[in-house]
Amino acid sequence: MNFFDHKSINARMKIRVIVNLFAKIIFFAAMMFGLFILGVLLYRIVSQGIGYLDLQFLQSLPSRKPEQAGVYTALIGSVLLMAVVAPVSLLLGVATAIYLEEYAKDNRFTAFIKVNISNLAGVPSIVFGLLGLTVFVRALALGTSVLAAGLTMSLLVLPIIIVAAQEALKAVPASLREASYAMGATKWQTIVRIVLPVAIPGILTGGILALSRAIGETAPLVVLGLPLFLAYLPKSIFDLFTVLPMQIYNWTGRPQEEFHSLAAAGIIVLLILLLFMNFLAVLIRNKFQKRY
Amino acid sequence: MLLILLCFRMGVIELAIQNVNSLSIQKLIEEKKKNHNTAGIIEKFIPMILLLAAVVSVLTTIGTVLTLIFETITFFQTVSILEFLTTKKWYPFSETEGTFGILPLVLGTLKVTFIAIIVSIPIGLTSAIYLSEYATERTRRIIKPILEVLAGIPTIVYGFFALTFVTPLLREIIPGLELFNALSPGIVIGIMITPMIASLSEDALVSVPNSMREGAFALGATKFEVALKVVLPAAISGIISSIVLAISRAIGETMIVAIAGGSTPNVDWNVTNSIQTMTAYIVQVSQGDAGYGTTIYYSIYAVGMTLFIFTLIMNLIAQYISRRFREEYE
Amino acid sequence: MTITLVSPQIEVMKMDSIQEKNIVYQTSQLNLWYGEKHALKNINLDILENEVTAIIGPSGCGKSTYLKILNRMIELVQGVKITGEILYRNRNILDRSYQVEELRTKVGMVFQKPNPFPKSIYENVAYGPKIHGIRDKKVLEQIVEKSLRSAALWDEVKDRLNQNAYSLSGGQQQRLCIARCLAIEPDVILMDEPTSALDPISTLKIEELVKELKKEYSIIIVTHNMQQAARISNKTAFFLNGEVIEFAPTSKIFSNPKDKRTEDYITGRFG
Ligand SMILES: Nc1ncnc2c1ncn2[C@@H]1O[C@H](COP(=O)(O)OP(=O)(O)O)[C@@H](O)[C@H]1O
Ligand SMILES: [Mg+2]
Repeated sequence: MNFFDHKSINARMKIRVIVNLFAKIIFFAAMMFGLFILGVLLYRIVSQGIGYLDLQFLQSLPSRKPEQAGVYTALIGSVLLMAVVAPVSLLLGVATAIYLEEYAKDNRFTAFIKVNISNLAGVPSIVFGLLGLTVFVRALALGTSVLAAGLTMSLLVLPIIIVAAQEALKAVPASLREASYAMGATKWQTIVRIVLPVAIPGILTGGILALSRAIGETAPLVVLGLPLFLAYLPKSIFDLFTVLPMQIYNWTGRPQEEFHSLAAAGIIVLLILLLFMNFLAVLIRNKFQKRY
Repeated sequence: MLLILLCFRMGVIELAIQNVNSLSIQKLIEEKKKNHNTAGIIEKFIPMILLLAAVVSVLTTIGTVLTLIFETITFFQTVSILEFLTTKKWYPFSETEGTFGILPLVLGTLKVTFIAIIVSIPIGLTSAIYLSEYATERTRRIIKPILEVLAGIPTIVYGFFALTFVTPLLREIIPGLELFNALSPGIVIGIMITPMIASLSEDALVSVPNSMREGAFALGATKFEVALKVVLPAAISGIISSIVLAISRAIGETMIVAIAGGSTPNVDWNVTNSIQTMTAYIVQVSQGDAGYGTTIYYSIYAVGMTLFIFTLIMNLIAQYISRRFREEYE
Repeated sequence: MTITLVSPQIEVMKMDSIQEKNIVYQTSQLNLWYGEKHALKNINLDILENEVTAIIGPSGCGKSTYLKILNRMIELVQGVKITGEILYRNRNILDRSYQVEELRTKVGMVFQKPNPFPKSIYENVAYGPKIHGIRDKKVLEQIVEKSLRSAALWDEVKDRLNQNAYSLSGGQQQRLCIARCLAIEPDVILMDEPTSALDPISTLKIEELVKELKKEYSIIIVTHNMQQAARISNKTAFFLNGEVIEFAPTSKIFSNPKDKRTEDYITGRFG
């Protein structure tokens, strides 16, 4: 009468449970293996570079003698680059996001802009280098300057900021907008006084994410022709300069072991900068905990 | 004019002194309105200014495409398109006349990408399944941000890691391995894109409705069976789209291959030799002193164009797949 | 004015206009469609000054929709078609030339869920005056105090005006929203189920407040709660499926409804 042969089902059940346990262990091990490799990466770099990392390293110019070399010009260059990228990309990105979320009509042109932005996010960074080389360095004759590199990088990170800002604007509850409109506020008043202040943590988080992308990028800057090292500081944003990743790239390419240690030290500086920026993003997120 | 302003200010002061109860706010607003007629103009012009900003992103795309097209056309005036597409030799730095056959560069790129995918898919997917199906909420909350941070490590760091750690390690295991090769950057790119595959695939797996899982569990299925036979098939398009995106990233990756891959365009399928990818070639030329206007200068645009087309196709495929995927659940 | 209308509620209206109260809103032949859905059908209603007009009816009958037309918040919804006329103080607000910001400066609104801005209590109340150009700090302070007093909230918050509005309880938040609305001294206040998200005690406070406010303001209140309508309103309009079934003095509606459907609803037979 029995459709089920309980004995064989029980036997199979044991196997299935074992397979399940086995799979769980394997999946976990694989994930841990991935994290382990990345741990090795960080450990290697820190252990190799920490010996060279001191105040002198931060304050010295690049040099042919490893024990005297430092990242001063590169570090300042990176900061200068951010000083251009941050305002340009934030302004353009937030304005675009406001247009798309608050003003744009639901038509083909808007759809085209949106598709365009998501495609732009997938263009390899080196191709932005080619764009910057042609448009900013040559056509607009900005040369290999902070400004040319800053504008190139701004375009590169623009999609990141736009998408983050769009998400932040979308998350503003409709009830707040309604409350503002109901008081007789105009659209722009509502955006500036209600929507943006609520969306600002999300926008800033996205902005920091974008900046941390920009501060680590190397490929487009190589194409723009940034020098691999520079023994002096730029005087203005129209001058030649170099950045931390370029300096690291330079040291990595040298055959001597000492320069590799310098590169590792440079990487530590870069990673600390990134960690700090991420920390800032978390701080912002926590400070503006959602209340409404 | 000044007089009006003066009267107006006095009016305000007067009102301010008045008792709260006799204050007429509406009257005050009326008065203010007469003095502030800029509001309407602002309301009109703001959207136009914002639209201009939005157009910048479109111009960026148009600028990129036009740049690549124009400079590539210039390139094809000296080098025939046929040579570019069919010759199996990339040897631009010849004293007399270079040979520009893109195939070796494309092959270099494909080799590295292939290795990267082989490395990243198993680790990325199993991590994703573990996170979405097995891990506790707490584990997930710890691991997910770590993945995000890892995905944000600059590629120059991975390049350094490939050259100074992975290559020496591999050379101990594989005696014939050259200092520059396809294997080491391939593996490291694989490591680099793993967090991306893990994170995006996990999103796809998590978005599979719980009701589907519960149905299978109710029949006595184990977690593994549910993951493999129910969740994975349901999320497959999201997972594939994440893999395609990762492939696109690997194709466009530059610094790792420029540092650890070498600069020898090869046409074989050997992964132990020095290679050159499309991106690494652009870097090599940019760093060298090929003068503006030379054939070599224009060649980087032709190579960039090829690269752009490859990644664009990948991105469009990923978008197409994930669009269909979204429709399935909403 | 249309003279040819003969439905019973028109008679009531005529009776009212004999008492010398001014008409604030005069709705005639109003129809509204959300796409294909005919949500308001041929509405005719006159709303008088310094009265509380309650709108009752089962959910989905068009109460909120009607309220949202009165300050044209309905414009925020896509694909809406409206025909007919609504005169506010003898001007058709559906006319495109009627500037919507101006209308909303005169007609305030309180929503179902308290929706204070994520700003300080002070900034919430000062918001309206500020966007309308009042910047003088002394004036703003007076307005804030006066509005909070009128909303019966001053004593509870006067020591913590700079705290975030979300530190208040739900009932206090709703009274803050009323204070925010009062800060520009509107002529009319629209309230869409203002107590449905509140506890009974807070509800009672708001009801007291509404009774107080009608001395100076005209109030139109949508409510699910029939006792509430009975307690606070002068007139009641019963909506059903987008139509006004009956519009009469509240006492009459509740003691002696003309329409069978009104009676069924009031006695709780549906809705
Ligand atoms: N934005 C909208 N789009 C389409 N239909 C709507 C919309 N808002 C309301 N409706 C419909 O119009 C009718 C009246 O809605 P509403 O005025 O909100 O009812 P009430 O406030 O009386 O509960 C309902 O049937 C509702 O489904
Ligand atoms: Mg409603």
